[in-house]
Amino acid sequence: MAMHTIRVTVNGTAHDAQVESRLLLVHLLRDQLRLTGTHIGCDTTHCGACTVLLDGQPVKSCTVLAVQADGRQVSTVEGLEKDGKLHPLQEGFWEKHGLQCGYCTPGMMMTSCALLARNKTPSEGEIREAISGNLCRCTGYVNIVKAVQYAAERLR
Amino acid sequence: MIPASFDYHAPGSLPEALALLSKYGDEAKVLSGGQSLLPLLKLRLGQAGHLIDIGRIPGLEYVREDGGMLRIGGRTRESVLERSELVRSKYPILVDTAKVIADPLVRNMATVGGNLAHGDPGNDHPATMLALGALVVATGPKGERVISIDQFFLGLFRTALRSDEVLTEIRIPVPPARSGGAYVKLERKVGDYATAAAAAQVTLDAKGVFERVGLALTNVGPTPIKASDAEKFLVGKRPEVATLAEAAQRASRAASPSADRRGSVEYKRDMARVLSGRALKLAVERAGGR
Repeated sequence: MAMHTIRVTVNGTAHDAQVESRLLLVHLLRDQLRLTGTHIGCDTTHCGACTVLLDGQPVKSCTVLAVQADGRQVSTVEGLEKDGKLHPLQEGFWEKHGLQCGYCTPGMMMTSCALLARNKTPSEGEIREAISGNLCRCTGYVNIVKAVQYAAERLR
Repeated sequence: MIPASFDYHAPGSLPEALALLSKYGDEAKVLSGGQSLLPLLKLRLGQAGHLIDIGRIPGLEYVREDGGMLRIGGRTRESVLERSELVRSKYPILVDTAKVIADPLVRNMATVGGNLAHGDPGNDHPATMLALGALVVATGPKGERVISIDQFFLGLFRTALRSDEVLTEIRIPVPPARSGGAYVKLERKVGDYATAAAAAQVTLDAKGVFERVGLALTNVGPTPIKASDAEKFLVGKRPEVATLAEAAQRASRAASPSADRRGSVEYKRDMARVLSGRALKLAVERAGGR
């Protein structure tokens, strides 16, 4: 069994871990670092529930090896809140009722976070395109889009 | 789902990667973006003793014009291709293609070289590269060799790439004036493989007559398919409606789809016709023709 010693910075904190080659990033986050805000949905690269930022880019953490994240920055939903204050995206999902069951929400927020970092004024179409790899099975896209628009406005 | 056990190597240079590939032979697989390979390993449809991650090798991600060629580094991510100003301004067919590959999250990892090297007839770049007449650069222990894209796809998941080679660059001849291209895909939903798709790249002469035509199809056969008969038919003709319709008909005859959840043989063949027609029409418009 091939083991590797890796250092991954998650939400600004460096973590050293012993991992098997085949360990997926999502399992490193959830099982070893106990950051369970990142959800596992389909586990087949379709649904985007496990979306995290890898060096600022949203990726599906069920389709990235933990060893691939060695030496890199990972951001998860746990990192959005700062000093007890919700991130404008979290506020937006609350205010605009951008969730029903909440399963897709962490992924939706991380994808939107990356979108708003590179585009301060996304159109509705650009928001919909950005989140096209994140599935919501409560069919709540209308309010998710409103939540992202709310956050975009707050962040300007 | 957890893949079967394998060892992972992260070489810091291309020579190191090539040495590892030579050492482990058929036991080794190149890990580029991993967006096809990792799902395959997780589903245990495939197995590898050693993954050689080329993700940490500097200098394999670039998009630039040089020496009459557009050069795309083998490990260039789809999101980088899709946002490249050069590509957006001069190669709309590549933007069309990149934008319909999987979804934006997958495209932050997935690479152009991986999309070709995987040899999946459902992937989108192969047809586009066939239409563009691209060249594939394979780097192995003895150096580089250049493979014409026409000779690259050998069968289902089989390419001309040897097990000790890395796909390091894709070269596309810079299109002359009055050229245009388009990729048109029919998919059931975002992230799906094509039910069928068509790539067209055309060059018109000063009189508006087809000088060069590249036309190819996605996911309607065991390999991406070059619609050679339709290409030959068009050269020397004007892009009239009836002419394009006849070419699309000929392209559909080159397809050999199999029935699955995406549709019957007849349906897919007809979609190959419809999409070929649309891709040709859009390519002609972008070339400045009517």
